[in-house]
Amino acid sequence: MAVGDVTEDRGYPLMSRLMPVLSKVLQGLLTLLAVSLLIFLAARSLRGDVANMILGPHALPDQVEQLRVQLGLNQPLWTQYINWLGGILHGDWGTSLASGRPVSESLVIGLRNSATLSAVALAVMLPTALVVGVVAAQYRDGLVDRIFLITSMIFNAVPEFVTGTILVAIFATTVVHWLPAVSFIPPGDSPISYPSALILPATTIIIPGVMYLSRLVRVAVIDVMTTEYIQTAVLKGLSPARILFLHALPNAIAPIIPAASLVAAFTIGGVVVVEYLFAYPGVGSALVDAVTNRDLPAIQAYVLVIASAYFFFNLIADALARK
Amino acid sequence: MTTTTDASLELPRPRKARATGLWRLWSSAQVRLGVTMLVGITILVIIAPFLAPHDMAAPVGRPYAPPSPEAWLGTDNLGRDVLSRVMSGGIYLAWMAPASALIAVSLGAAIALIAAYYGGWTDLILMRCMDVLLAFPGILLTLLCVSIFGPAPPLLVTLVVLTLMPGVARVIRGAALPLLRQEYVLWAKTVGTPGRVIITRELLPNVSSPLLVELGLRLSWSVAILSSMSFIGYGIQPPAADWGLMVAENGNGLGIQPYAVLAPILMIVLYTIGGALIAEGSARIIARTEGEA
Amino acid sequence: MTNSVDPAILTADAVTVERLDGAPIIADVSLTLRQGEVMGIVGESGSGKSTLALALMGHARRGVRIGGGAVNIDGTEMLSLTPKQLRSARRNLVAYVAQDPGAALNPTLRLDTLLTEGLEGSSAEKTARAKRILKKVGLPDDDAFLRRRPRQLSGGQQQRIAIAMAVIAEPKVIILDEPTTGLDVSTRAKVLDLIKQLCIADNLTAIYVSHDLAVIASVADHVTVMYGGQVVEQGEMQEVLATPRHPYTRALLDAVPSVNDRQALLPIRGRVPNVGEWPEGCIFSDRCDYAIAACSVRPPLRQAGTALVRCVRPELAHTLGAVSRHIDHRRAAEAVEPALTATHINAAYGDKQVLFDVNLTVEPGRCLAVVGESGSGKSTLSRCLIGLHENLTGELTLAGSPLPLSVAGRDQIARERLQYIFQNPNASLNPRRTIGQSLIAALDGSAAKREGRAIDVINEALDRVSIPADLTDRYPAELSGGQRQRVAIARALVSNPAVLLCDEVTSSLDVSVQASVIELLRSLLEDGLGMMFVTHDLAVVRNIADTVIVLNEGRIVEQGEMQAVLNAPQHPYTQSLLANTLQLPTGDDETETAALAVH
Repeated sequence: MAVGDVTEDRGYPLMSRLMPVLSKVLQGLLTLLAVSLLIFLAARSLRGDVANMILGPHALPDQVEQLRVQLGLNQPLWTQYINWLGGILHGDWGTSLASGRPVSESLVIGLRNSATLSAVALAVMLPTALVVGVVAAQYRDGLVDRIFLITSMIFNAVPEFVTGTILVAIFATTVVHWLPAVSFIPPGDSPISYPSALILPATTIIIPGVMYLSRLVRVAVIDVMTTEYIQTAVLKGLSPARILFLHALPNAIAPIIPAASLVAAFTIGGVVVVEYLFAYPGVGSALVDAVTNRDLPAIQAYVLVIASAYFFFNLIADALARK
Repeated sequence: MTTTTDASLELPRPRKARATGLWRLWSSAQVRLGVTMLVGITILVIIAPFLAPHDMAAPVGRPYAPPSPEAWLGTDNLGRDVLSRVMSGGIYLAWMAPASALIAVSLGAAIALIAAYYGGWTDLILMRCMDVLLAFPGILLTLLCVSIFGPAPPLLVTLVVLTLMPGVARVIRGAALPLLRQEYVLWAKTVGTPGRVIITRELLPNVSSPLLVELGLRLSWSVAILSSMSFIGYGIQPPAADWGLMVAENGNGLGIQPYAVLAPILMIVLYTIGGALIAEGSARIIARTEGEA
Repeated sequence: MTNSVDPAILTADAVTVERLDGAPIIADVSLTLRQGEVMGIVGESGSGKSTLALALMGHARRGVRIGGGAVNIDGTEMLSLTPKQLRSARRNLVAYVAQDPGAALNPTLRLDTLLTEGLEGSSAEKTARAKRILKKVGLPDDDAFLRRRPRQLSGGQQQRIAIAMAVIAEPKVIILDEPTTGLDVSTRAKVLDLIKQLCIADNLTAIYVSHDLAVIASVADHVTVMYGGQVVEQGEMQEVLATPRHPYTRALLDAVPSVNDRQALLPIRGRVPNVGEWPEGCIFSDRCDYAIAACSVRPPLRQAGTALVRCVRPELAHTLGAVSRHIDHRRAAEAVEPALTATHINAAYGDKQVLFDVNLTVEPGRCLAVVGESGSGKSTLSRCLIGLHENLTGELTLAGSPLPLSVAGRDQIARERLQYIFQNPNASLNPRRTIGQSLIAALDGSAAKREGRAIDVINEALDRVSIPADLTDRYPAELSGGQRQRVAIARALVSNPAVLLCDEVTSSLDVSVQASVIELLRSLLEDGLGMMFVTHDLAVVRNIADTVIVLNEGRIVEQGEMQAVLNAPQHPYTQSLLANTLQLPTGDDETETAALAVH
């Protein structure tokens, strides 16, 4: 919208535009706080006492008690929760029970690897989805469109590990051996330097994402193409290219943007399974490991990080949908 | 005023086959194919354990043996018959997935209709709860809870329900809100019809088609989530046979004995596509009839 | 204006548009227009008038194709052009104005882009041209205005922009498809003035499509009457209005209510045949009162007088003359207890007050019309009375006893005695329930249902609205719009109401169907029902109301007996409403002047 041209907005344009966003952020933060509490309580109720776990089965009760005090486990749950949150705000995510090192160390590595994977996937996914969707809409109800609809339905339906396993069978183990089945990236190295390790996991994320988004693009474009203003543009004798790019796409993209951010959020959720499948060293596979090891501080950290990222993209989706 | 009577002697439109309600969805070939696939797989999965050529738990040869007359699809990582395990491996999914989808769609729809009809605080509180659930990636919730309570099937079903329900509630609320402005709902209000009756009599039948779309979609997602959980080791536990688990168990042998992975994958694909076909076909019919109206 | 020496600017010859399965939507449509002529195309829904308008542009909607015929505009054969040539023709030869400007203007583009795209020349030239055209259509021509987007304009301004978009390239022909239908009376009058002025000043050749004969009569000099996808009559406006030769034209004229005279309205029985279900012979034969055996063969268009008529017996015209249809106004009953009163009604949406101290009385057997344009608060008022509006103060009484403001506070009897009928018959019945189920639901909690008389009551109500009882197992989608509206009325009648609140109940109906609903409502008044009729249409008011209140911006500006208000309006707003209401010029002008002379 052009600035200041709607009379109602003139009084307090900035406030009226910021208020809904602010309230959304506030609501989101409260939601995140609730989520963190949930994570905390869930992790606390993991079977087995942390102090017992650290010291092993042969520890003396005195030692266990001492460690409990040391770890603050004898304090009320409420205090423990506040301390945990406070620690996070200071960058202290606790100490991993499995490795004995600060969780933040492995968290940084995992976060970088996962972020790279997601970013690469999204960078390919979004433009591809746009092109595929527009093309399918142009050939609406034709052969190309029907093939697209069937393919996208299939890839939307099957779980990521199935897509991934089929990709592995084709490109890594069974048909050809072009790419590694397992994504080995040494800790400390950037995944960008190991493109062959990125290709399969990224593709596994990209395929369902493209198939989902391009469907939305297709429907949005078709909806716009059947509006009266497009008919008006046709009857004005404008060229098909001008109609598509100037009249149709700007209107079609608006409803897709929030969906795209939502897909970004989904991607983060889906990353867990994909990373596990390819043993890709990101937060997702680290989380599965942590759960297997009952590594409480690590579980809390990873879950909170993934949930925050998920929340962040949901927030963007909401803000964009509101515009 | 005899003219009125004359004028109204309109002939009703020629009667078409009862093309209303859920029956019209049956006219979609995709819906019919989807239903057939699901029913077929369910029957197969239930009777298959009795037809399986081998004991699915006992080794019949060396690990990762290729297909042979004894083991048509070869053997798995422990030398067990792949065919027998695939035939037995859907029994959990066959009840857990439909149960999760049905419960999620029913609860989601109930929440959505109540929130939409009563509006105000009811709406705000219910939908905010759904938002909190949505704000938590389903896979995390499932991982967390399964690691705490162990992978008991009822817990898995509950978790899948919690994961899917908010989405259903959002969609159905979206479908119900425009209905509230429809004049037949307003009319029901003018004569003081209680909210409970308006919800069940006026709203529910008019969201039945989107509900079927949701059911198909969520069934397919239930299968995906449940098999993914098995795949990462937090669903059905060995030595039980389960398709997702089989993919994980035999992943290392993909290069030498692909059938041990591809056979269960095929079953998962068929199962998920069955649900997706129902969703897709129904959505198309809805779009078409709305286009006509 | 007609000059036979002038060459035709537009000729359409035997144009046929069909569905992809070959079923015709319009068939064998021909017309000729000379420079400066305005042709009105009139028809009810399903007549194919919009399909024809698009076909003249060489365009067919999705799922439809132009099956045959030729359209020649200033020497260019529109239907045999390459896509590129066709685009060029649409830029230069012929332009189109759609019905709903809100939908037809791209919301993301600025007005300067919308106006000048497709034009040739430098951007300074184009801007200058855009400004000239803005001035011409009566809009601001400054740069700031050109930078606006369509959403920032009012409905009337949007339609002016749509018209400006069409005329900016100075086309030979402009096609207007219901350009004033969604507009308020006063806005409509202004836009119509603009169109007339453009036609005269620029000697524009235009085709004006509308369902409203009065609108057509005010702008067009020629008229084509379409029915069921065919031209049934075509000729000079005055000639066709004075001597309609086709039974359908006659019937259409007889169904139109007049703002000057209360008349018996004659609905057309039956319904327009669906595409693909046309009768063998004359398209109108199954609804025609004059059909004979010869009508079973489709008649060609033939010359009758100066008009073309698709009827085997165009000479019938003389027997089709308008019968005297004037009916008398109901006299006020004396000293009856009011059925419904409202006093000091104030209502608001949020902080915005929309009704200010409204008082009204509905008497048994009489109809109170609430007249207003959109935004006048008339719909809010009816919602207040039925108890659906929450933010209001004031007092209501029903048959002398106080009536709670909210429907939740009312008892069963109050709910039964006050019934509401909605505007849109397509939405007022639950599409997933049969007619019978909807009617039974209306009897929930009633004495009739407890006593097991539900079926009798329903059959009686259906009989009252002339719906056959065997339609009770049908779904609403299986009925026509008029039938649905009558079922909605029956649903109100099963409760044996004292007062009916009718919210624009005829405004979405075709005129021939509207006639039957108005006649039905009149007969209900005869039965002693009180009625409040909300409408924007003064002709409908003349034909049904006994008393009138005129609402403007939430306040009553005028009220009184219907004849007093319509014949001698006191308030300037009422006067302008009346002045802007279009009237079919008919032979009954003497009675009209006589009626006015009384005051």
